[in-house]
Amino acid sequence: MATVGRGMPSARWAPAFEMWWLLYLRTWKGNLISRFLLPVLFLVSMGVVLGDLVDERTGGVGGVPYLQFVVPGILAAQAMWSAMSESTYSVTGAIRWNMGYHAMLATPLGVGDVLLGHLLYVTVSVSMATVVFVLVGALFGAWVSWWVVAAVPVVVLTGMAFSVPCFALSAMLRDNVELGYTVLFRFVMTPLFLFSGTFFPVDQLPAVLQPVAWVTPLWHGVEVSRDLALGAPDWGAVALHTAYLVLLVMLSSVWALRAFRRRLVV
Amino acid sequence: MTSGAGRPAPSTGTTPRAVSVVARALPVPAGAGMARILVERNVLAFRRGWVLLLSGFVEPVFYLFSLGIGLGALLQTVTTDAGEQVPYAVFVAPALLAASAMNGAIFDSTFNVFFKLKFARLYDSVLATPLGPRDVAVGEITWALMRGTLYSTAFLLVAAAAGVVTSWWALLALPGAVLIGFAFAAVGMWATTYMRSWTDFDYVTLAIQPLFLFSATFYPLAAYPDAVRAVVAWTPLYHGVALERALMLGDVGPGLLVHVAYLVVMGLVGVLGAARRIERLLLS
Amino acid sequence: MGTVGAAAYSAGVDEALVEARGLRKEFGDFTAVDGIDVTVHRGEAFGFLGPNGAGKSSTMRMVAAVSPPSGGTLRLFGLDPATDGPSIRARLGVVPQRDTLDEELTVAENIRIYGRYFGLSRAEVRRRAAELLDFAQLSERADSRVEPLSGGMKRRLTIARSLVNNPEMLLLDEPTTGLDPQARHVLWDRLFRLKRSGVTLVLTTHYMDEAEQLCDRLVVMDHGAIVAEGSPRELIQRHATREVLELRFVEDDLSGHAAAVDGVGERVEVLPDRLLVYAADGDEAAAEVHRRGVRPLSSLVRRATLEDVFLHLTGRTLVD
Repeated sequence: MATVGRGMPSARWAPAFEMWWLLYLRTWKGNLISRFLLPVLFLVSMGVVLGDLVDERTGGVGGVPYLQFVVPGILAAQAMWSAMSESTYSVTGAIRWNMGYHAMLATPLGVGDVLLGHLLYVTVSVSMATVVFVLVGALFGAWVSWWVVAAVPVVVLTGMAFSVPCFALSAMLRDNVELGYTVLFRFVMTPLFLFSGTFFPVDQLPAVLQPVAWVTPLWHGVEVSRDLALGAPDWGAVALHTAYLVLLVMLSSVWALRAFRRRLVV
Repeated sequence: MTSGAGRPAPSTGTTPRAVSVVARALPVPAGAGMARILVERNVLAFRRGWVLLLSGFVEPVFYLFSLGIGLGALLQTVTTDAGEQVPYAVFVAPALLAASAMNGAIFDSTFNVFFKLKFARLYDSVLATPLGPRDVAVGEITWALMRGTLYSTAFLLVAAAAGVVTSWWALLALPGAVLIGFAFAAVGMWATTYMRSWTDFDYVTLAIQPLFLFSATFYPLAAYPDAVRAVVAWTPLYHGVALERALMLGDVGPGLLVHVAYLVVMGLVGVLGAARRIERLLLS
Repeated sequence: MGTVGAAAYSAGVDEALVEARGLRKEFGDFTAVDGIDVTVHRGEAFGFLGPNGAGKSSTMRMVAAVSPPSGGTLRLFGLDPATDGPSIRARLGVVPQRDTLDEELTVAENIRIYGRYFGLSRAEVRRRAAELLDFAQLSERADSRVEPLSGGMKRRLTIARSLVNNPEMLLLDEPTTGLDPQARHVLWDRLFRLKRSGVTLVLTTHYMDEAEQLCDRLVVMDHGAIVAEGSPRELIQRHATREVLELRFVEDDLSGHAAAVDGVGERVEVLPDRLLVYAADGDEAAAEVHRRGVRPLSSLVRRATLEDVFLHLTGRTLVD
């Protein structure tokens, strides 16, 4: 018995992931609405009903029915929502409310394990939401091509390009957490959702705003998602967008690890 | 009184016994006619929160520009349910005003009130003073309305500057927005008294988001099949949107009183229910 | 309760589990721990006693291998926490000052997932959780959520959770702060059992009675430094008399009375609300006070406690 617990698990992040997964299994029913239903409501309202109106008046966007134009955009946007909602209050909670991270750090787990375990959980959660949305979209005939399946990993990557910086920010928020998140959601997420090409092509934006859209991860995700879902992908562009997202995730991971160290190792 | 309850009651001559006759006659639990003290407390707590205050206003503005510019280009014009052909931005602006009045009121009366009820234990300390449950209910709803008025005014100014306001009747859209806020804040607060944990707020989202997306907000009622149309016509935000749209387009008639009556009744029922529940929860 | 707590350890009694020399912790300009020397041996119950802000919690976090020292040396189980953090923590149980329970999980799940952090198998954590819930007298609540539990129950759950890896050393930061007297006694009883089963206990407290009840040896900390060290009995013998006479008066200004009783016992301390006369025989001192014509409102003879030690060492009371 004395040796039990001395042995180090080969992947120390695994139990950290397991903790979040256990929580997910306990609460998935309660979170069903926010996780799966809201994107679907957007799909019906904007894609189906509004789509009919757009097609009737102007024949869709560049010859594409509005439903098939907008739903790939909503696919990328729901990954952003889902990733951000999993990467904000829960991180703050684990740092300062229920102090779950501190409980983990009192065990053999290190800061890197804690961060990696939680991020992998977010990845899984966003992946599931994305897959469910793709299935629902198929029911409504929102996809032109099977290539939309290939969009799933890139869409999840888009989500993580929001998630990882949110982890870093959450670790840096010391007082006035509420204010920080309000700014994040209302001044960052909402405008991104509305102006990153989700609902209309960014070239309809005033010229000064277009470069802003190009910098944001969501625009890249929307472009790849739409390009693949419409079935005639420009592979060069897809590769570039994906590379940009990978770069963002990598850079922000370094940032998040630093922020976590600074916050949790005192 | 703990520090959480802000300043002690000022000595303005309103003693706990100076409850107005009207207040006494109302079929709601005891208050001391001091709801304004709770409003004062909220103003104090918000003094440095101007960014939060601002944030409530920017969201509908973002929507207005996104939908106005983007979907406006795709849709050009829309035929309202009254049969009028208007540019899309003009069509959607009143709906955004109504929706933001609802969102703001719901946020203030549910998330905020729940936090104070369960976590900050604010009301426990408030009710240890001369303030009564009705003061709490009226005070919180009043506060929600004050913020809502601020947001609605700002939104109307932006909409006017963007050229999507076409009638002087639009001035009445402001009290209209306050009425929408009142109706939703009251019912929202009532609902909050039944909440057990944060997870229950998913039900709030479940109620609010469909209202936002389907209350003839982004397209006229005519876009729906008949059966759906009949259902939507009974929902609260639809009445708010219809009221605001008629006012901002200057399409005014006695029919608007139906919308007004719907919202007034909804608000009154909410206030009664909320005050009774708060009494049950806190004074038992 | 043989299954809870540590198994028998073969190492000698003198084996040092904690060895700190000149240990320091600074936060910016603020020095929380100012060069302390501490040794904790296997099997003993060791206490850090001091008021809030004395540096106890900062010391505990360093000993838990989660907070890097700012200076000095620290060896835990003979290992360096800077490089061997994970293997040190694998052998520790930690009960933090504030419970870090997951309120969204059940009582049993809290223990099980914590066991997983130590690399225990699912079957193993299931078995351990059952044993530990029994130990913590929480078996009936195994499947209830954490949130509705009382403060004492949450504390017991935190302790049960900290034992999931059979730690050789258990660190408890203010284990009973905020609990009612009955809950404290239940908790002390559990800690006694652990100590008997061979677990080394290190705890911080600002309660005298707790330190006297639980600790074999303790250090008194003030302003980040150690001001005294020894067993509770030694400390009382060294820094106080056997008994104490407490005198209360109607007047607010006690200086006149203090002068009048000067020399009655070995020493007189003036507190804001009362005089303390330190004497080997308290009743005898009370009689002498009476003979001198001093008429207190009330007088009380009690045995000296660590509170008196602290007062003597720092000139301040512990809990104010």
